[in-house]
Amino acid sequence: MFHTRTRLSHRLAGTALVLGVAVGAAGCGDSPTAADAATEKPSVSSLVLIDGWVKAADHGMTGAFGKLVNSSGADIHIVSATSPITKSMELHEMAHGDGGEMVMREKTDGFVVAAGGEYRLEPGGDHLMFMELTSPIQPGQDVPVALTAEDGSRVEVSVVARSYTGANENYQGGEHGDDGHGGH
Amino acid sequence: MARRLGRRAFLASGAAVLGGAAALGGRELLDADPEPAAPDSPGRATVAFHGEHQAGVVTPGQAFASFVALDLVDGVDREALVRLMRVWTDDIERLTRGAPGLTDTEPELAAVPAGLTVTVGYGPGVLTAAGREDLRPGWLTPLPAFGVDRLQEAWSGGDLLLQICADDEITVAHAVRVLVKEARTFATVRWVQRGFRNSPGTVTPGTTMRNLMGQVDGTSNPIPGTEDDRLIWIGPEGPAWLHGGTGMVVRRIAMNLDTWDELDRPAREQVIGRRLDNGAPLTGTHEHEEPDLEAMTELKLPVIESFAHIRRARSDDPDHRFLRRSYNYDESPPAGELSNSGLVFVSFQADIDAQFTPIQRRLDQLDLLNQWTTPIGSAVFAVPGGCRPGEYLGQRLLEP
Ligand code: HEM
Ligand SMILES: [Cu+2]
Repeated sequence: MFHTRTRLSHRLAGTALVLGVAVGAAGCGDSPTAADAATEKPSVSSLVLIDGWVKAADHGMTGAFGKLVNSSGADIHIVSATSPITKSMELHEMAHGDGGEMVMREKTDGFVVAAGGEYRLEPGGDHLMFMELTSPIQPGQDVPVALTAEDGSRVEVSVVARSYTGANENYQGGEHGDDGHGGH
Repeated sequence: MARRLGRRAFLASGAAVLGGAAALGGRELLDADPEPAAPDSPGRATVAFHGEHQAGVVTPGQAFASFVALDLVDGVDREALVRLMRVWTDDIERLTRGAPGLTDTEPELAAVPAGLTVTVGYGPGVLTAAGREDLRPGWLTPLPAFGVDRLQEAWSGGDLLLQICADDEITVAHAVRVLVKEARTFATVRWVQRGFRNSPGTVTPGTTMRNLMGQVDGTSNPIPGTEDDRLIWIGPEGPAWLHGGTGMVVRRIAMNLDTWDELDRPAREQVIGRRLDNGAPLTGTHEHEEPDLEAMTELKLPVIESFAHIRRARSDDPDHRFLRRSYNYDESPPAGELSNSGLVFVSFQADIDAQFTPIQRRLDQLDLLNQWTTPIGSAVFAVPGGCRPGEYLGQRLLEP
């Protein structure tokens, strides 16, 4: 899944900072080449996720949150995300379901982090969704996530897992069923 | 430390030069403070988290404390402890600077740091779970049984301890909640003891606290920042993970205030060997004067009785000393009783066996105060040294 697996480990839990490492611009599924890895995209490398965290879960779906901060002079448009411990990831938003209740669903137009601005991902709002965990996420564990911008450039961020009993939104979406966020 | 300086800090800085006059100097400095404090300054105070030592040991006692002992759940091993300590360290860093916990569901409650400190202690169970029995100091084990003890399981033992202190109870309650719920997959709460001292703004900073028997309690204590530091902090002679750390004793001691009421004032003063009005030894007039244990009355009786608490609580060995940092407790009495009060007795010392236990043994043998006080809980913890930014508490034990 990772073209250049820059494993971002930081010693301290949740210090939140996340490293704006731009990885090669390559579409998902392409095989990496030296040229790809060397291509620095200045815009996406200016994106960091502050205070990133993910709700610990044994299996199924779970959400990740934090504050995306864009220190560049251009908007950054995130269109997809991946992580090695989930079959797939989606960018999610909250919306009114058929019965009027709030449900989460895929945000097909992605997240636009304005130039010099920030974009909050939080329970009850937009978030990153792990759609089907391939291994449990335990509290205190660091989980890498790669965000891909519209131009194909990528930034790796890290989220730390926490026990959390909120963020139980119902999922309104095709094949994944509606079992909502994972958790204990 | 960013927190206002207490009398002890003045003593510590002045003692070398001024000796007995240091306390006075401290008073004058305080009174001369030209900056009128903002009305919410106690709420805004912060105590640095990072450092060689954990905060909350030599930090002048804040008004409120919660002591939370937890037990590790089955299956928690070294790797899991690393995760727990990273989570706790991160949230303690945030809360102590007045910021919400990472996943704080009540972030507004974090806005008043009120001098918050969180001190983490390890019971013997942590070393077992981590597979590091070889690094357990000999004193990290339950205290020997004493004749005066009437210990209850409900107030004793524990694998982990959080000592959470602040000058505001909401701050304490919120920090307890955040840290305990982050630990929910690692540990269960074994007991919680809550205690209090004077609130900020009610007494001159640095005033020695009073316990609920009315006594000035905490006068004769090692002075941090002086050569007394060797009594408090573990140095190179201890295991590396405890450098800059300390040993902690937490004993819940019930007071029988009903029978204490039967004593007149002179008798009460005899029990301790100090005056009730200002805590001075019965052989002197000022609180911080050295008691004269040799002094005799005209009738050739000791002024400070043989059974007096302060005579019994010291020995000729200068190593038999420790830092007391106790809190009062006052809970709802059981049906038919008037009160349920006492002391959450807390002491910090580099070596519990060498410093604390000999004195507790002396008090067990003879101390008139035992007639009105009963230990009902007892626990012992090792408090790891502090951590630098980028480290987590206990890292030198868990990932040496
Ligand atoms: C509810 C129980 C207790 C009460 C009400 C109490 C009260 C007091 C008071 C009023 C003083 C004199 C002022 C001072 O120096 O702080 C004192 C001194 C002291 N107490 Fe206690 N105490 C209790 C339990 C203990 C225990 C369990 C220990 C240790 C095993 C202890 C050790 C000491 C020491 C070392 C001193 C100082 C002696 C000196 O150097 O003058 N106390 N205590
Ligand atoms: Cu979702």
